[in-house]
Amino acid sequence: MTDTRVSPPPTSEAPPKPREVRHEPRRPTDSTLRSRVLVVGGLAIAAVYFLLPVYWILVAATKSTGDLFGTSGLWFANPRLLDNLENVLTFQDGIYLRWTLNSVIYAGGGALIATFVSAMAGYGLAKFWFRGREAVFNLILAGVFIPMTALALPLYLMLSKVELANTYWSVLLPSIVSPFGVYLCRIYAAAAVPDDLLEAARIDGAGEFRIFATVALRIMTPALVTIFLFQFVGIWNNYFLPLVMLSDPNLYPITLGLTSWYTFAGRQPELYQLTVGGAFVSVVPLMIAMVVLQRFWRSGLTQGSVKG
Amino acid sequence: MSMRRHDARTAAGFLAPFGILFALFFLLPIVYAIYQSLFTIERTGALGLGGEEQVFAGFDNYVDALQEPGFVDSLGRVVVFAAIQVPVMIVFALVLALLLETASARGVPFFRTAYFLPFGVPGVIASILWGFLYVPGVSPIVGALDQVGIHVDFLGGDTVLLSIVNIVTWEFVGYNMLVLVAQLQSIDPNLYEAARVDGASGWHIVRHIKLPMVRPAIVLTTVFTIIGTLQLFAEPLILKPVSTSISSHYTPNMAAYNEAFSNNNYHLAAAEAVLLALVAMVLSFGFLRLIGRGGDRR
Repeated sequence: MTDTRVSPPPTSEAPPKPREVRHEPRRPTDSTLRSRVLVVGGLAIAAVYFLLPVYWILVAATKSTGDLFGTSGLWFANPRLLDNLENVLTFQDGIYLRWTLNSVIYAGGGALIATFVSAMAGYGLAKFWFRGREAVFNLILAGVFIPMTALALPLYLMLSKVELANTYWSVLLPSIVSPFGVYLCRIYAAAAVPDDLLEAARIDGAGEFRIFATVALRIMTPALVTIFLFQFVGIWNNYFLPLVMLSDPNLYPITLGLTSWYTFAGRQPELYQLTVGGAFVSVVPLMIAMVVLQRFWRSGLTQGSVKG
Repeated sequence: MSMRRHDARTAAGFLAPFGILFALFFLLPIVYAIYQSLFTIERTGALGLGGEEQVFAGFDNYVDALQEPGFVDSLGRVVVFAAIQVPVMIVFALVLALLLETASARGVPFFRTAYFLPFGVPGVIASILWGFLYVPGVSPIVGALDQVGIHVDFLGGDTVLLSIVNIVTWEFVGYNMLVLVAQLQSIDPNLYEAARVDGASGWHIVRHIKLPMVRPAIVLTTVFTIIGTLQLFAEPLILKPVSTSISSHYTPNMAAYNEAFSNNNYHLAAAEAVLLALVAMVLSFGFLRLIGRGGDRR
């Protein structure tokens, strides 16, 4: 990946400036009114495109099954959002809440462990020399190119042999391997964690793992938050792996559960409304998280892309 | 020298947890898939009632997979899909990133957030959402177009692939845009100043400064998009009940999934998974090679 770089971007050697927020330093003097109208108009049209489905589900979540098919999708009709939400949460003994909890376990637990494991590996690669270091790093990087779905089928067969298929572990364990996380951590640790600081801690008699846990991890926090977010969203949105691994609906994450409702909706039309309501409930917290945590996404991406 | 040996041992300690997991859940499945793909199940005894036996089959499964029209069609379909999806995705993301980073832009934080929101929506839920927006009778889009005399069938044989392009674009453009914006923001603003002093127009600055500078990010997002598009699975699977044009072998992943779980032919499924991984690697490394050579010449 690195040899595709034609010329190094100007900031590639600079230490990371994680929380930096830069707002258009360019002066608006040379921007005529016409170009402003064109640019903002283009941006607004694009925003309509991205927000329309979100608006549609907001409206649809308030409708009865009959109104879902009988009234215009763009405006409210006999809103009954709370009734719908109650149905979503109580259907089949509240299995929706179970799915939500499962998604939180898979995504939260998986992302947390993935981040920690990637941090250790990235730090190890950045701060210690050993024979074959670059070969190991390149092997991990090659992992980024493997389509995850190609791994899921053989993984299922392997885990079936050791009776781990159709368990929490079958989704959790493969989810904690993040080659991209190791890549990001190595770059970040190499640039941001000063060798002098580690040397000083060593002279004070601290053990290597203690130095990592108390000194390095704290400095690497911005990169860690980014990796956690990526991995969390990746696991939360994953469909193929749980589909292949799980057959017990009690272990389903939200994606799999909602799809099972959707699949049966052809025979049981009220499931359409439950699918829409369930999708609405699952999308809202994630969207809020995206908005609130946006600066962390960008700080990590700057690192990832600059060296890409 | 002793310092270095010490380094190696400490590094091994730090790398061990990831290394073990990577070996078990990344490398081993690849090896296992290749191994499985080289065997087949043969039934023994009269009428095959004597039981099953796993026998070495060489490349038979690969020959079978490549002779099955359904699988070859599905490979061709995702390659066509990638040929449309990758340029649409990258150009759209690039246009949005450049617009957001022009001096004339207003409301940048709002727009950036609006574009990035769909990245948080799982692919299956995005597909269910867009599915409702494609089905005549429910969709306000189809209804509105009907009223002005335009009759489109988003789920027909010729259009459904483009409808899937739209879903995937909606999901991931915002993420790719963010990668490009991050790189654009790392450009030294003095470069623009210098260019303007030299009399460069806004378009010249885009063409001769911004585009060359974001090249690494474009390469990165293109490779990830190629790998992503070949894995196409959830979107067509969700649209399948509402579109007669989508078969159970619509994409290589759907074909392999079906082979494994409907036909219980894990060996053929393994061969199909390996073939898909090979195509993904050939295309992404091929692209990198192409780009690398173009870069050297300059």
